Amino acid sequence: MAKVIIPTPLRKFTDNQASFETNSENVYEAIKALSGAFPEIQKHVFDEQGQIRNFLRIYLGDEDINVLDKEKTSLKADDVLSIIPAIAGGKN
Amino acid sequence: MAQETFSKEELSRYSRHLIIPEFNIEGQRKLKAAKVLVVGTGGLGAPLLQYLAAAGVGTIGVLDFDVVEDSNLQRQVLFSTNDIGKPKVLAAKERLEGLNPYINIVTHNVRLSSENALDIVKDYDLVADGTDNFPTRYLVNDACVLLGKTNVYASIYRFDGQVSVFNYKNEDGVLGPNYRDLFPSPPPPGLVPSCAEGGVLGVLPGIVGSLQANEVIKVITGVGEPLVGRLFLFDAMNFETRTVKVHRDENNPLNGKNPTITALVDYQEFCGMNQNNEDDIKKISVQEFLELQKSEEPFQLIDVREDFEYEIANIEGLHIPLADVEEEVDQIVSDRKVVIHCKSGGRSKKAIELLEKEFGFSNLYNLTGGVDAYFDVVDAN
Repeated sequence: MAKVIIPTPLRKFTDNQASFETNSENVYEAIKALSGAFPEIQKHVFDEQGQIRNFLRIYLGDEDINVLDKEKTSLKADDVLSIIPAIAGGKN
Repeated sequence: MAQETFSKEELSRYSRHLIIPEFNIEGQRKLKAAKVLVVGTGGLGAPLLQYLAAAGVGTIGVLDFDVVEDSNLQRQVLFSTNDIGKPKVLAAKERLEGLNPYINIVTHNVRLSSENALDIVKDYDLVADGTDNFPTRYLVNDACVLLGKTNVYASIYRFDGQVSVFNYKNEDGVLGPNYRDLFPSPPPPGLVPSCAEGGVLGVLPGIVGSLQANEVIKVITGVGEPLVGRLFLFDAMNFETRTVKVHRDENNPLNGKNPTITALVDYQEFCGMNQNNEDDIKKISVQEFLELQKSEEPFQLIDVREDFEYEIANIEGLHIPLADVEEEVDQIVSDRKVVIHCKSGGRSKKAIELLEKEFGFSNLYNLTGGVDAYFDVVDAN
């Protein structure tokens, strides 16, 4: 199973769960599965067009999926996907 | 440039640097010659400024527009209780000059803006970004890219920290990525929790700001491998650290293939913060609210703060945290005045904007200054 690491700003939508395991075959499916398991997270990871929001970066291991096969990047067991949000500090 | 020289006192002070073979007097000279602008004297600025001053960075610009508040002291260890109410830059200058009298502290008691940023940044070699909001993050980044300055970046949220070195040109002239390569656009307001909802573990900016200071010193002295093209991530909650790659993006509007940004823009607007003019929202002062409470006029009071804040103290409003407002909208009445409040007025403003825009409410009033102002007035009475 691949593991998706959830950043703290999004953990309030995952009952504070820090990671999520999935058998999804690619990145898009994995994020979709995450938002299926935690519906509240959906609008925070997908925009109105169903695209992964562009203030989130998705990494496979230490590599940006944008230089791999983007959302279609395939996943193997033991892969670690990280969702990395823009954070600005104290004020919004 | 004349070579920097050191007094006997300085040599003694910096002796632990001088005996590091890779660092030695050359590194110390570079530090003394360097001019670093630290934007923000908050949680990140506190360790950053103290370590840069202690290390002997010759000129340090300190930029902030705020005054020291008691709620800063949980993490902003640059300040002491006696500093409450003082402009941060002045309190910082006093502290840093006490720490190291051999350096020059320049204060900028202003809010960094598109109007003043280029003029301020141009006088420095390097910028360390320790700000606390998205518009200023993009502003600092863009000013650095337009002026060709390295931007040593750090950011925190609750238990998470990020560090990177942006817009760094290495000795072969190869330019590294900048903030817009990593995050092309900011999250829309309301989608990311704000300060009082978010909170931050006091020691986290101490850790992350120290890493940032380390990168500043490395960039200045040329010692080691700076965090260029890489983003360091720290999760203090689970003690996990990761370093991921950051690539230049050919679509970067500042310095990609077809740049479209050639001057600073309106960063409030860029971050979607000007959609609703503050004046469009109806407000109610604490005095007016107290009168409303005494009157016969029916109204609904809603508190949009987080659970823990509500538990600490509340004024008996219906409790709907900002993030739940959309979901709980059917609890909000439309046939009488509704007063919405949070801690100081920011989140309640967002709640009203959302309710007016998405659901067409027209009976909502923002309690000016929030529950903080309410308790101030009630305590004074």
